[in-house]
Parts: sequence; C-alpha cells; structure tokens
Amino acid sequence: MARGPQPGAVSALTKEQKAARRGVLGRLMKYIGQRYTAQIIVVVICIFISVICNAKGTAFMQSLIDDYIVPMVNSGSKDFGPLAGAIGQLIAFYAVGIAATFAFNWIMIFVGQGTLRDLRNEMFEKMEDLPIRYFDTHAHGDVMSIYTNDIDTLRQMISQSFPQILNSAVTIVTVFVYMLMLSGPLTAVTIGMVLVITLTTRFLAGTSGKYFRKQQKALGAVNGNIEEIMNGQKVVKVFCHEEEVMEKFNELNENLYDNAYRANRLANILGPINAQLGNVNYVICAIVGGTLAINGWTGLTLGALVSFLQFTRSFIMPIMQVSQQFQSIILAMAGAERVFGLIDEEPETDEGYVTLVNACEKNGELTECEERTGMWAWKHFHKAEGTTTYQKLEGDIVFDDVDFAYNPDKTVLHNIKLFATPGQKIAFVGATGAGKTTITNLINRFYDIADGKIRYDGINVNKIKKADLRRSLGIVLQDTHLFTGTIADNIRYGKLNASMDEVIAAAKLANADGFIRRLPKGYDTVITGDGGNLSQGQRQLLAIARAAIADPPVLILDEATSSIDTRTEKIVQDGMDKLMHGRTTFVIAHRLSTIRNSDCIMVLDQGRIIERGSHEELITEGGKYYQLYTGKIQNA
Amino acid sequence: MVKKIANEIKDYTLPAVLTPVFMILEVAMEMFIPLLIADLVDKGISVGNMHEVYAIGAQMIVCAVIGLFGGIMGGVLGSKASAGLAKNLRRKMFENIQTFSFENIDKYSTAGLVTRLTTDVTNVQNAFIMILRMGFRAPVTVIVAMILSFRINARLASIFLIAMIVILAFMLLVMAKTRSLFETLMKRYDDLNASVQENVTGIRVVKAYVREIFEKSKFIKGSQGIYEAATSAEKLIALTTPVMNFVVYTCIILISWLGAHFIVLDGTLTTGELVSLFSYCMNILMSLMFFAMIFVMITMSVASVRRIAEVLDEETTIKNGPNPIYEVADGSISFKDVVFGYNKTAERPVLDHINIDIKSGETIGVLGGTGSAKSTLVSMISRLYDVDEGEVLVGGVNVKDYDVETIRNEVSVVLQNNVLFSGTIAENLRWGDKNATDEEVRHAAKLACADEFIEKFPQGYDTYIEQGGTNVSGGQRQRLCIARALLKKPKILILDDSTSAVDTATDANIRRAFREEIPGTTKLIIAQRISSVMDADRIIVMDDGKVNDFGTHEELMARNEIYKEVYEQQTGAGSGDFDKTEEGGEN
Repeated sequence: MARGPQPGAVSALTKEQKAARRGVLGRLMKYIGQRYTAQIIVVVICIFISVICNAKGTAFMQSLIDDYIVPMVNSGSKDFGPLAGAIGQLIAFYAVGIAATFAFNWIMIFVGQGTLRDLRNEMFEKMEDLPIRYFDTHAHGDVMSIYTNDIDTLRQMISQSFPQILNSAVTIVTVFVYMLMLSGPLTAVTIGMVLVITLTTRFLAGTSGKYFRKQQKALGAVNGNIEEIMNGQKVVKVFCHEEEVMEKFNELNENLYDNAYRANRLANILGPINAQLGNVNYVICAIVGGTLAINGWTGLTLGALVSFLQFTRSFIMPIMQVSQQFQSIILAMAGAERVFGLIDEEPETDEGYVTLVNACEKNGELTECEERTGMWAWKHFHKAEGTTTYQKLEGDIVFDDVDFAYNPDKTVLHNIKLFATPGQKIAFVGATGAGKTTITNLINRFYDIADGKIRYDGINVNKIKKADLRRSLGIVLQDTHLFTGTIADNIRYGKLNASMDEVIAAAKLANADGFIRRLPKGYDTVITGDGGNLSQGQRQLLAIARAAIADPPVLILDEATSSIDTRTEKIVQDGMDKLMHGRTTFVIAHRLSTIRNSDCIMVLDQGRIIERGSHEELITEGGKYYQLYTGKIQNA
Repeated sequence: MVKKIANEIKDYTLPAVLTPVFMILEVAMEMFIPLLIADLVDKGISVGNMHEVYAIGAQMIVCAVIGLFGGIMGGVLGSKASAGLAKNLRRKMFENIQTFSFENIDKYSTAGLVTRLTTDVTNVQNAFIMILRMGFRAPVTVIVAMILSFRINARLASIFLIAMIVILAFMLLVMAKTRSLFETLMKRYDDLNASVQENVTGIRVVKAYVREIFEKSKFIKGSQGIYEAATSAEKLIALTTPVMNFVVYTCIILISWLGAHFIVLDGTLTTGELVSLFSYCMNILMSLMFFAMIFVMITMSVASVRRIAEVLDEETTIKNGPNPIYEVADGSISFKDVVFGYNKTAERPVLDHINIDIKSGETIGVLGGTGSAKSTLVSMISRLYDVDEGEVLVGGVNVKDYDVETIRNEVSVVLQNNVLFSGTIAENLRWGDKNATDEEVRHAAKLACADEFIEKFPQGYDTYIEQGGTNVSGGQRQRLCIARALLKKPKILILDDSTSAVDTATDANIRRAFREEIPGTTKLIIAQRISSVMDADRIIVMDDGKVNDFGTHEELMARNEIYKEVYEQQTGAGSGDFDKTEEGGEN
C-alpha cells in the first residue's frame, strides 16, 4: 500500500537535517494548534476521558473477583445486588467513554481534513505568486508530488498517527499510574521489559534501515532502467534487441529482490519479537506476582494480580503501536518539510506603482474612467508632489543596453538595444538558444534584467505594477497551454467577463470559428487536460483567439506557429495577421517565412544582436540573414 | 486475474505456503497462553501452590519461544515470498512488453507502463505479505479463540458469536456506504491534481494573463470540495471505534454479570476461566478489526492487480507465420492496395489504398505535410504495423511471411523519435551489430558523418552517453542513430525525418556517402526539407493518407501543385531556417 513503511526514506540524515525535521514537526503542530485551538483542547480532554473510562473497566475486573465473586463464594451469599450496583456504575463509565471516543474521532476528521485543505490552499496561493524562475528551475513532477505524495503522508500522520500517538501516550500514562497503584515491584518488572523492547526495536530498525536504503537505491536503478527502456521500446523492437535488454533488467531486478528481501525480513520480525517479549513479560509478572500474592508480600491480592496482568497488556500494546507509527511520522516529516518549503519560497516581488486604467478624453484632457473605452492610460502617481498624471498607452518599447543572465555567472544577453514604435512589427530570428525567448521574458518581467533599462511608453518597466504591465501584453507561446473547461471558457481566459458574442468574434478573427462549430458541442465542447483531443494547429488557433479577446496593445508571439507545417501555417498566419493589425508586435521565429513582412528584424546570435533592419535592408546587407534566406548557407 | 498474478509465485511457492503455517503456529501459541494463565490462577495462585506456578510458568515460556519461532519464520518467509513475487511479476511484465508490437506499445503510455512495473508491483507485494501473514492470522485467531471459549463455557461464548455478527454486519454496512463516497473523493482528487498540473505547466499563460487570483479561487473551490467529500466519507469511518468499543464493553459487562452468577450459583465456571474469557473476548474483537483493515488494503490493491494483469494478458499482435522465411532476396518494395488505420473503428483509414513499386537500390524521397501519413507508410515495410487490407512485398515476398527478426534486420529504420541508451557511443552503435569490429563501427560512423565529432570528444568512441542521450546535441544524436542503423548492413534503409537537426551541408554529405558507399541498398528518406529529397531517384508526395504523386523531381515540378508549392516556399522565395543550420539547436 502507499501507506506501507518505507524506512529507506528515513535514515541517512545528518544531525542538522534531523534537527530541521523535528523543527518542521513542531511547526506543523503549531499550524494545527493555532487554527483549531478549541478543537484540539476538546480532543485531548476526550482522549483522556476515554482512556480513563477504559482503564476503569480493566480495574473493575479486580473488584469483580476480589470484592464480589470471592466474598460471595466464601460466604455462600446469593445477593447480587451489590454487584449489580457496581456493574451499573461500570455501564455509566463505559457510556461516557464511548461518547468521548466518538467525539474525538468526529472532531479529528474536521481538524485533519481542515488542516490539509488549509495547507493545500496556502501552497497553491503561494505557488501562484512565485516567480517564473521557480517553475523553470524545478521539475514539474517534483512540484506535483508535493501536492500528491507529500500531502498524503501528512494526511496519514494527522488523521491516523497523531490521534493514535496521543491516545497511546495518555494510555501509557494512565495505565502506568494504575499499575503503580496496584503493585510497585511488578511495575518495575514491566518497565524493565519495556526497556528491552525499546532496545530491540532500535537495533532492528537501525539494521533494516541500512537495507532499506540499499533497497531504495536498487529500486531507483530498476526504475531508471525501466523508464529508459520503455521510452525507447520502439527502438528496441526495430533493432530486435529484446534479449540483451532482458539480460540487463534481470540483473537489476535480482539485486532489488535481494535487498528488498533482507530489508523486509528484519522489519517483519520486529512485530513478533515484541509481541513475544510482551508474553514473556506476562509470564514473569505472573510468577513474581504469584510468589508475592501467595506469600502475602507487598500486600498484593489475587484480584490485584489478575488486574495487573490485564494492565501489562494495555501498557505494552500502545508502546508497540507507537513504534509502528514511527515510520509514518518520519515520512510525514519529510513531506512536511517539502510542503513548508514550497510555502516558504520567496514570492515574486513587485515594487511597481504605475497602474493601467481605462481612459477617455475629456475636454482634450486624458482622464480615468470606469467603463472599457478601448483606450488605456498609465496612471502615474507622483509621491513628491502628491499629483497624479495620466499618459496614454501607446505600445512604445525601448531596450537600452540590456544585459541579462539566468545565472549570475553566465550572461545570456549582451548589450541589447532596440526600440519599437507603436504599431510596428519587430521580429527576432536566430537559432534555438540565441536568446530570442529571453528577450520577451524581460518585457513582461518574467525575469528581471541585470543591467540597462527597458522603457514602456517612456516609463521604466520596473515602475509599472507587474499585473498591469502583463495585462497590456498579449502572449501566444509555442506550447499552447489550455485549461480544463469548455472552448468558450478557454477563449474567455483572455477576458473573464466577455460575452458570447465577443468570444465568437475573437474565434472568427483567429480563423478558429470554423473548426469549433464542427465540434460536436461547438463552443461548449469540454477540453480536458492540455487539449489533447485537439490538433496542434487547432490549439494554436485557440491560443490566438484567447490573445485576441484580451485585446492588448502589445503582442508577443513566441514561435507561435513553429510546430505546424508550412501549409497549415498559412491558415494560422491569416488569423495572426488580423490580430497583429494596429498593435506593436514582437515575433519570434526560426522559420524565416513567418517574419518576412516585419518592420524590423533582429538577427540574434549567442545573446547579441548581430544584424538588424527590414527584410530588404538585410538582404542588401548580404550577412547571415541573406545567407539563410537565399539558402546559400555554408556556415556549419 | 488473481490467478494470473498467483501463477508468478513460482519458485517461491514453498515460502508462500509455509508463511501461513508458521503464522498459525504463532497464533496457536498466543491462544494457548490464556489457557495456561487460567490454570496458573486456578491451580497455582488460588491454592497457594508455587510449584504449580513455576511449572505452568515454564510451559508459558516454552509457548512464547515457540510462538517467537513461528513469528520470525513467518516474517522471514513472508518477506521472501512477497519480494520474490514482486521480482517475478516485474520480470514477467518486462518480458511480455518486449514481445509487444508497435500497436501494443501505442496502447500504453510510457508513464503508465513504468507505474505498472513499479508502484503497482509494490502495492501487490505489500498486499501479498499482508494476506500471507495477517490474512491467515486474524481468521485463525477468531476460530481458535472461539473454540477455546466454547470449551470453557458455551453459554458465555455464544455472546462472542453474537458480538461478532454485529461487528461484521456493521463493517459491511460501513464499507458499502463509504465506497461511493470514496470514489467521489478520488475523482475530486484527480480533478484538483489536474488543475495543479495545468498551473504548473501553464504558469506562463496564467501570469501573462494575470489570472493568479482567478486560478486561486478555482483551486480553493476544488479544495473545499475535497474537504467536504473527505469529511462525509470519514464520518462513517469515525463510527467504527466507538461501535467496536460499544460491543467490547457490552461483552465485558455481560460476561462479568453472567460469569459471576455461574461461579457463585452453580460453580460451572472458575475465576481463572473467567479471566481467560476476557482475554479471548479481546482477541476475537481485535482480530476482526485487523481483518477489516486487511480487507480495505486488499480492495486498494485490486486496481493494481487489474493493471498488472492487463499487461500480462496483452498478446503481441505481430507474430511469425507458420513457416517463416529467413532470407530476403533483394531490397525491392511494393505496396499493393494497402489500407491501414491505427484506430480500426475510425471512419477513414490513415493509409488509403496505397500502390507503390520501388526497385532494389533506388533512393526514394517522401514528402508531405504533417499528418499526411509519411511515417505510417514506411512503418509497414519492416512490419512495425500490419496492414488492414492489401499487402506489402519486400524482395517479392509478403512481409508477413518472413521471420520478424529477419525482416527487421534487413529493413533498418531510423525512427523519427531518436533514442540513444545509456552506455558508450560504441556500445550504442553496436546495437546494429553486436559483433561489429572497431573498424566497422568507425566506417558506419563515417558514412553518417558522425566520426568527425566523435573523434573530437576526449574519449572518442568510449564517450558515455547519458540516459536519453542528453549530452549530445540533436544533430549529433541523429547522426549517431543513422550510424547505428547502417551497422546492420540492411537491404533497405529508412530515414524518417532523421536529419532535420543536421545542417544542409552535412545532410548533403550523408546522402552522397549513401550514394557512393551503399548503392545497392534501397533508401527511403522522409523529410520536411525539400533539399533532402529533391536529388532522390524518385519522390513520393503524400497527401492526406494517399499517394498524391510519385515521380522524379523534374516530373513533379512540371505537374504536381503541392510539390511545386513546397519547393517555392523553401527555395524560390528563400526560406532558411535557423534551427536547421546545425547543432547550435537543441542545446
């Protein structure tokens, strides 16, 4: 089961890591405690009540024999009245115990699930605010696994281990008190056995941990091999390489078996050993207790001994249960660490203050207005003078000597200078890795530049609020990401309150209306996952429609048509051309046919602009662009 | 389904059978101890006979030791059996996957197969050891405890029987009630995870459209949905412990009350026996709890068992005929009215009545837009897929009549999705011919224009390729794959868009090497780039699953619209492509 103990994840930790993990556990407790203070107090009280009532029942067995049965047998009395009274009392205790048990189980559901919900929500809210860098530097599978695997380990801990341990701890304490009251010497014997059990557990867990680590390693090797071969299965078939592949796999598989067997062997004998140690303890207590009782030493009675023997079982059982929860706690700590790790990630900062507002002209003056006018303005609040000025949004973008590096030690863009005046179409061409996409990442501030300045309508982009900056830029990316929902929902992603007419108009502009209408449910067709049931080209058209409905003054098209063949591209291109009309557009492509009609083409090579100019100018220049365009390329 | 899995226990049958036997031994001892305790109390302590106490105590220790032995053996053998089953299942699945045809492979996603071989097997392994150890333990405990109780006092023992029925009924009720609730919960979990996935992969879109708040509110709604489904399912589960307690407590009260009467009134019960009955009561009810837990675990692993059995049951769709032919005469190919579709229920086939004749040694270009079925066309030749109608002949013989390995060795395909495996370059190339000499390996690499860059690596042909070939560029990977295919010395060589990341000059060099060095080999070259195919002997123009035209460059230029259009787009008006100018790409 997913729940099975996997101590492999446990052991190889340094002292600091172990301390950090303990800290994480404390933080989790605090997290729960702060949100559900009242509930937790009630739960603890209820657990106490339920344990005490349960112990009362066990204690009753003593008085049943000592106070009722033995005296009755001895005196020959047939009066069950006193016994009935005692049982009545017991029933009352049990009733309270059951009620308390029910209450804490019930409350824990809401505490546990509520905590998980809160953690999930907090994680997601934090995640949405993280910079793009986070997503670019973390494997998506790893991020996903925090939401699935790690939260799952927490679920087990909060809803199972946590109450279990609380229950066990209270049981141990209460039972211990009872045992002490019944007989001190026998309690000492039992404590001695508990020590033995603890030591064997530690020894076995430690040794099996060593093998579990080996098992995890072997498992990793097998997984890696499986993944590689499954990925290349068609190549294996084409080369008839099945037998060789089997041979390698069998070797790894055998090694995994070996380690798994050893590790599980040790883990599985822990239970029986502890159980039998419990039995041995029972016998020792019986003999010692019997000796004491028969000789009348320490005032131990027969009934008390019988009760005590019951108690030793209730004492050792929770100790074994706690040791079984141990693994799941360690796993949960590792999970909690990653959950809090995500929550603690530094969110995207935004010190911008210039905002984007709907604008209209009143008496020749530009002012802010409520409704959408199709005209926007940058609202600029000047702190020093306490005045607000408005500046019309035009779509004028200037890069002034911009340097950029993803890692401080490797600059990927050098001295980029460019200017785009409103309505112009600017193209970037160059091989993959030349830095084309990086440039657009800087315009919308997915990343921040290292040196130089980017100005948008004369305003330094750092001064513009990120949300407003991005709202003014429409992006169509190479990989079209669609969201689960209807086609209409997906187009509406660009403008949440768009009417159906607007949606259809945007689809028509992108030449998407035709295929959408041919779908069984038209605009209401639900697309799942990443739009897998649509073709690449169709998804691209939807992305264009989505950008169109947002109606941004500036467009960024990043390899928007690259994976479509040239014939299909023509259809998409029509939609794009309509969309680009009247907007400042940045086009990225490695296919030259896409960008021929641009106002200015920047040829990028290893992070530098090596040529710039219109198509005609570049052709006349006879440089790299000319070589590529004319097909007279010999530059390998 | 379960039988299919059980078949794989094989050489671990002995431990698998012995485990429950030892577990029963352990349980028997555990049951025996309360009996001894009764004796200890009655014959020893009650009458002050310390001698008896020691004697019986010694017997108890012996029982504990035997129980320990049983427990340890059960643990050890159970681990062996379950780890062994897991190993056999992985091997059997892997073995069967190796026999899969392309059609079989297409049915499963890579991730799906990996999960089956790993997570699902682990689930079954855990469930199996649970069944072996606990699955026998719990029922045996119940039965033995029941028998012993009845022996002590049938009237009191019948209380247990009633209690057991009550608890079983309750558990069944809870399981029936919660099943649909848990299904809803799982569904909502899946939806939420899908939404997280979308946000993680599509974060650029979310941020570009400033939809963070919109996505957050969507997520919080889904998260709340899980909270509601989970709490309503768990509410029923939360009843379990109180109900169990209720039943146990009722039993204790009844036994106390009635037991006291039996002892005092008619002496049919001793105090010692009363104590034993309390023990059995606990034993029985705890075992039932355990049983319920095991049942839940088994239900959880049923899905895994089904997924594993699915792979084991999958039968390859491509097998040798009755008298396979082991010799391929020459490299001629002909398609006779071939119809093929991946999805047999689709309205239109992917390949629509294809008729082609290719002479041995010819170089053939294949051109066409995305989805025009170029790759599908060539996969018929080495029988990667079987045709639905018509026939494909190689060397004048239907490909279905050849031994599968023979035809695949004579028809060497460089797939569009190039994969190299972890290992050195030389090892990778020797996939084509494991007995190839160093000289032959080098020669093949030279033909594919790969030698030039291999020699530049410090370790040359011993350079280690990382998993997935991530440490060489796209163009280099393609050339290594071509070299690997050449080492087979095939009669037919198929390149499926295999030089797309190689620059035009090198591409031309490779084609020249083919022409000069392996003139006898029939070559099929699929390409997007017109320059890769225009100098072929003849060119097939594919369009929408049909052969639109078939002829020389000159003929096609004269009569074929599609060809002319592509040609003009790529050359006439000039259409370079930065990513196709050699390796720079990919890295």
